Parts: sequence; C-alpha cells; structure tokens
Amino acid sequence: MQPFTTLTAIAAPLDEADIDTDIIYPARFLTITEKKGLGRYAFHDRRYDGQGREVADFILNRDPWRHAGILVAGPNFGCGSSREQAPWAILDLGIRCIIAPSFGEIFRGNCYRNGMLPVTVGEADHAALLSDASAGASLQVDLTARTITRPDGSEITILIDDGKRDALLNGWDEVMGILNLYAGAIDRYEQERRRRLPWLTR
Amino acid sequence: MPSTLYDKLWRSHVVVEEAGGVSLVYIDRAMLHEVSSPQAFAALREKGLQVRHPAAFLAVADHSVPTRGRDRPIADPQARAQVELLQKNATDFGIDMIGLDDRRQGIVHVTGPEQGFTLPGLTLVCGDSHTATHGAFGTLAFGIGSGECESVLATQVLRLTKAKTLRVNVHGDLPPGVEAKDIILAVVGKLGSNGAIGHAIEYCGPAIRALSMEGRMTLCNMSIEAGSRTGLVAPDDTTFAWLKGRPLAPKDADWDAAVTYWRTLPSDDGAVFDREIDIDVTKLVPQVSWGTSPDQVVDVTGRVPDPAHAVDTETAAKMVKALSYMGLTPGMPVRDIAIDHVFIGSCTNGRIEDLRIAARILKDRHVADGVQALVVPGSKAVKQQAEGEGLDAIFRAAGFDWREPGCSLCVAMNDDRLPPGARCASTSNRNFEGRQGQGARTHLMGPAMAAASAIAGQITDPRDFLGEA
Ligand code: SF4
Repeated sequence: MQPFTTLTAIAAPLDEADIDTDIIYPARFLTITEKKGLGRYAFHDRRYDGQGREVADFILNRDPWRHAGILVAGPNFGCGSSREQAPWAILDLGIRCIIAPSFGEIFRGNCYRNGMLPVTVGEADHAALLSDASAGASLQVDLTARTITRPDGSEITILIDDGKRDALLNGWDEVMGILNLYAGAIDRYEQERRRRLPWLTR
Repeated sequence: MPSTLYDKLWRSHVVVEEAGGVSLVYIDRAMLHEVSSPQAFAALREKGLQVRHPAAFLAVADHSVPTRGRDRPIADPQARAQVELLQKNATDFGIDMIGLDDRRQGIVHVTGPEQGFTLPGLTLVCGDSHTATHGAFGTLAFGIGSGECESVLATQVLRLTKAKTLRVNVHGDLPPGVEAKDIILAVVGKLGSNGAIGHAIEYCGPAIRALSMEGRMTLCNMSIEAGSRTGLVAPDDTTFAWLKGRPLAPKDADWDAAVTYWRTLPSDDGAVFDREIDIDVTKLVPQVSWGTSPDQVVDVTGRVPDPAHAVDTETAAKMVKALSYMGLTPGMPVRDIAIDHVFIGSCTNGRIEDLRIAARILKDRHVADGVQALVVPGSKAVKQQAEGEGLDAIFRAAGFDWREPGCSLCVAMNDDRLPPGARCASTSNRNFEGRQGQGARTHLMGPAMAAASAIAGQITDPRDFLGEA
C-alpha cells in the first residue's frame, strides 16, 4: 500500500447527499475481476451520457477539477453496497483524499485499506472547504500534522484514530500486520473458543 | 452489569483490544461470492498466504448469474469468467463451493441460513452490504469489502471499532396485510439513510417476536439502508425451531449445548442502549418508496411529498433531485403512479413466505397489459418448495416469468436489466439511480404490494386484494 503522508491538490466540490456506490461504480461493471484501471468507470453514468460522450457540466469533466486529487463531497458519501470497486475507481482517477460531513461506513473502511484518507468534517468547515473547492483552489492535506490547510492559511484538524493514521503514514499492509503482531493471540483465542463451545467446530 | 445482545456478541469475539477503541475481532464464518472475492484471492496469491480455516467459508455464485437458460454455459463471457474464477479459487484453497448446478444454490443471504451455516452467537461476514440479514438469528453479521475478505481468509479476524447500540422498539401488533418489509421501510424512513451510521440496531417488541424467521430476515436485511452495518433480532424458540435439522446446524447433544448457549444471548433486562427509537405499528399502512433513497418512503395511501414542505434545505434538495429522476410530481397520489415492470425476489423478499403472499393475490388474476413481471426465487430450495406448493403455476398463469435463483434485478449485473425510463415495482432493497438499469426507476415495496401493483398496472394497496383494507 502506498503511504499517505501529505497531499497538495486541487479539490473538486461534489456537494450532493447520498452519493451511493452505485453512482460511484455502476453495478454492470462489477463483473470485472481486476482492481486496477477502474478509473474509467468512476461516476460513469454521471460522467458520460448514453452515447459515451462526456457530460460537459459534470464537475470532474471540467477544468481544473478534472485534475483533482481531493474530493469535497456531501453527507453520507459512499453509502450503499460494499463494493470495493468504488474506492478503487476513485483512487484510479487520482483522488486519494475525500472530505465529507459523513460517510457510508463500509466505504470509509475500504478507503483506509487502499491508502486513501476519508476525512469527516463539521458543517462550518465543510462549507468553507466547498467554497475553496468551487473556486478551483488547492488544499494541503498533512496527515503527519493532522491538518488540512486552506488557501487562506487557516487550518482544519483531521480527526483520525492513531492506528489508522500509523497504517496510512507507513503504508502498512493490514493482513501482514495482523499476522506479524497477533498470530499467537489468534491461536489462543481459537483454542479457548473450541473449549467453551465445542459444538461449533464439530 | 446488564448487557445488550450486541455487547455479548462483541465481547465474546474480541481477540485483542488495541488502543483507541479498536479491537481485533474473531470472525467465525464468511460467505464468498463471485463479485467481491476475486481480488481477495489474488492478494493471497500475491503474498503467498493460505486460507486459515477453509471450513469457515462457503462460496456461492449468485450476483452475476443468469436466471434462465441455466442448462447452458453463462453467455456473458465476463460473468462466466467471474463464476469460473470463484470455482477455481474455492478448489485451490479447499473451500466448499456452491455452483450453478448445486441444489443448494441461491443468494448468499438466503442459502447461508437455509444450510444452517448461519447460527446464533456467531460472527459472520460477506462482501455484500446486506449481510445484516443473518442478524435475524442473533448473529453478529455485517458486510465487508474485498480487502476485509482477504483479511478474514488469511487471519480469521478483522480490526473493528465497536459500534454504538440503537434499539428500535416496535410497539403494537402488525395489522393484517402489513408485512415485515413495511416495518423496515417505515424504520428507514424514520431514521433516514444515514441515521444509524455507527450503530448496531436491535429490533425489539411483540411485533418482532411474532415475525417468522423470513420476516425477521427481511427486517434485518435493510438495516444498511439506514446506515447501520448490523441489524439484530434476539434468538428465541422461533429461531431454534427454524434452524433445527438444517444440514450444518449442530446435532443431538451438540444441538442441546448450542441452544443452552444461545438462550444466554438476548439483551438482559435493564441493559442500556446508546439510543432508542419507538415506532408504533398498530396503524401502519403498507409502505412504498417514491424517491431514489430508501428513506424516501410514504404510505401507499399517501401522496408524493412536496419539497416545499421539507424539514430543511438539504432534505428539500435531495427531494428535488429524486423527483426529477423519478419523473414524479409533488402532491400526486402514490396510487396514481403507473408501473411497467414488477420484480419479486432478492435477499430481502425472495423467500417462501414472500412468494406465498404474492401468489395469494395473483391467484386467478392476471398482470395488467404492458406490465412485464418477473419472479426470481431466492434459492433453489425456495424454488423447489414453491413448485411443490403449486405457486409457480399461479405465477405463470398470472403472466409472471418464473426464473432460476440469483440476485437478478436487485443489482442488474446479469441480463435482467431495465431500459431507461422503465418504472418497476420491486421487492428489492435499493432504489438508487440506475440500480435496476441505467435510467430505470425503482419503487421499493413488499411482495404483496408488488403483486397487487402488477395486476393493476399501478402502485396499489395490497389490502384491496386481501380483503383487509
Ligand atoms: S439480492 Fe441484492 S442485496 Fe441481496 S445479495 Fe444479491 S445483490 Fe446483494
């Protein structure tokens, strides 16, 4: 996993509530078994019309936002299905940080695992960041310092638990990390569980 | 200290508590399907990892499978490759695979319980957000992404933050002609699509106790539509009677030991929940969604709401957007909405009881001109049972297509897909834009209403046909 430390990039405003994972990655592309190269399907039915032409006024089709590395989204972003194709596709577009008032929970968890930073912000900060994004400005995200710096120099704090932050900063692989740290603990748990609930594994 | 069901399930699965409220949680069982597992297996191969306990997994092909022509290979090459890859991964890693020709085949959340793979007191995950369905058994069950699938395959644990608890107190008895689907649509409408984020829901009250397991599964299934990954119903005699004798359920003395344990699971008297909401179902009317988010629901006797009367501007904006996608006018009676497609199926309402109630309405009747109607049983077992009861004949005579089990029009990944502008009365769980096909419009409802609407060609109160209005 690519470490996430700092990111300075154009932020695209997508202020719409309940952008679900079907909008982010339509189901008909789910038969693809790869996880790379999915960016062309991201927001597909918003980005392209029925003939496959770009929809001119969709934010990610407009300059400068087609080069965005950050998304300032609306509440409950990524709600709906558990498909990890949603964060993979966004990542493949070059967007590694999503800022929103709230997230679909499964989507949010999926972001962390892919070296992406979901940031939950309060109403006032959200409004401020949306206006920065709408102006086509860049934001500076510094996970080490836990801050998002706005164009006017003011800072917004990134609330994130230490474990998730460490993993992102170091680009740790979740599975290898668990095996390295906890193989013994998992063995002990399983022995104890078999002793207490023998019917479970017979 | 008195504990909630969720607390007990959580506590009994914590392997290690890390800092910051994160725990390593043991996962007893997982279901795999063709869409969310390939990348997980690819990662295992890349890292040279093994599956820790192959017996803890059950693989089922359901999402992208065709619902007809099942005697032939899958026509769509990509879908066929996906199902074949699931088979290959299962074989290579020693996992039990339920393929298309297996008599156990069905939608993961229908097959798992049927096989007794789902049991009270366990943790169970699947790469599908409706995994909370299994919570109907008092199982801590939730949907995960492909990356988490990889974790469970290799380590049998997940790093999780404990959820807050939310008790939904359902008061009163359910009136005739009103179903579990109506309760959950009303609950989602009340909580809002993000109202239960970060919470594990427990559904309580006499109306819940009175529900069959099928009804409880319908209820828990849609917890995610309120933002919650987990929905629970405490196990009781209804649960045990339903599970007893299932192929993978414990047998004999093991069964007795299991039941003894399961009886300790329900929330203790005096257990404290972080939040509670109350809903009285005594006067509940069948519910139907009008918009593009499952919380946009109304009484079937009501009207399409007007954004001008929304509680706040954010809600109003959502409503305007939904009305435009759905092509509806505020204030119009819901029962004036004409539909041209009907879908009865999915892991929400593709079980035997759902087919029975729909068939009861369809008997000796016929779908309206111009309506295309599809019934897709949730599993082969459901299909077989329904055929044994003669339900397939009723559906067919009424003009429905009787199909093979799969997710079908719930997710429109196979060739069951609606054309742009189509309007569907659907028993599935999501009415998102494009969910049933690009530009298609979905109205969520229970199977009785779907059947009634098929006959009338417009959204219809099922009680008109059940003689119970
Ligand atoms: S029927 Fe729909 S919700 Fe259920 S498992 Fe299939 S796709 Fe998911």
